[in-house]
Amino acid sequence: MIIAQQKPIKDIAAMIEDCKKVLLVGCAGCVTVCLSGGEKETEVLASSLRIMRRLQGNPLETVTITATRQCDPEYIEPLENLVKDVDAIISLACGVGVQYLAERFHDKWVVPAQNTMFVGGSRTHGVWEERCGLCGDCILHRTGGICPIIRCSKSILNGPCGGSQYGKCEISKDVDCAWQLIYDRMKALGKLDKLMEIQPPKDWSKSRDGGPRKAIREDVMIG
Amino acid sequence: MRLQYSSNIRIIEMPCSGTIDHRVLLQAFEDGADGVFVAGCMEGDCHFQKGNYRAKKRVNAVKKLLDEIGLGGDRLEMYNLSAAMGPRFAEIANEMTERIRQLGPSPLRKDKAGTSRKEGDVA
Repeated sequence: MIIAQQKPIKDIAAMIEDCKKVLLVGCAGCVTVCLSGGEKETEVLASSLRIMRRLQGNPLETVTITATRQCDPEYIEPLENLVKDVDAIISLACGVGVQYLAERFHDKWVVPAQNTMFVGGSRTHGVWEERCGLCGDCILHRTGGICPIIRCSKSILNGPCGGSQYGKCEISKDVDCAWQLIYDRMKALGKLDKLMEIQPPKDWSKSRDGGPRKAIREDVMIG
Repeated sequence: MRLQYSSNIRIIEMPCSGTIDHRVLLQAFEDGADGVFVAGCMEGDCHFQKGNYRAKKRVNAVKKLLDEIGLGGDRLEMYNLSAAMGPRFAEIANEMTERIRQLGPSPLRKDKAGTSRKEGDVA
């Protein structure tokens, strides 16, 4: 899932300081699972902003709704009636949701309540870890299911480097050396020979080096 | 046991302090409460194992939020006591009332004429 963290409330309040009525749109997708932008968080943010503004003697009216997903036009279309009489929209989705709302409601001031951080998973309640670098050319079958692109601080493909000490990365004793993990796992699987295979340079054009990406599936297109 | 405690306390019963939600606490303040205290069971005595520990974490998170938004986290507190501790409840009620009196009425009530005075909500 996409992991996002709410911006400091003062920053969010500053983005809508001129507004009298705002629509807060939560997202029932990834940000609900990572507990930063679902129904509950949307209502808590609305309440916090209302209290802040009342304390400033400049009351704020809020409307809240949580869309099934903000990254699908069909789920933001029903917001049209709510959007009409608000001065701004605060999106609690990831950056995708903010942009979809801004595109659909192009005459409205749409602001992000979140900082979109990474693609990852839950380690335990309240802890999320980055797991995928979105490189567009997965090599996990060659690295024991451990991604060197995102879990190695330098994203190197031929580690470990000299900064690996006792299984830890030089950037922090709390960060495992991804290449140590890869080596240990491949050894346990009896597949160390796989690491010796010569690989051509990675095709980074499938990653961000190729500019904004688009995925097209003609077989599922309607019409 | 006829114990007296501050009459300005409004008690809101919850099935367990672990059901306390950020929204419930914020709503109490939005509705005009000057202060709120959550009365959970004694630590280690939760019928549901961890309800009161979870309540404490949430209360602390909302205290931090109240500081950030300018209302002040001191207006919210978590206490642990059992259902058999009447005298302690009265003591806490008076202690919290005194704390809130010193902080003064909630600034949110300035713009809400006619709201009845509420100094504390108890869950």
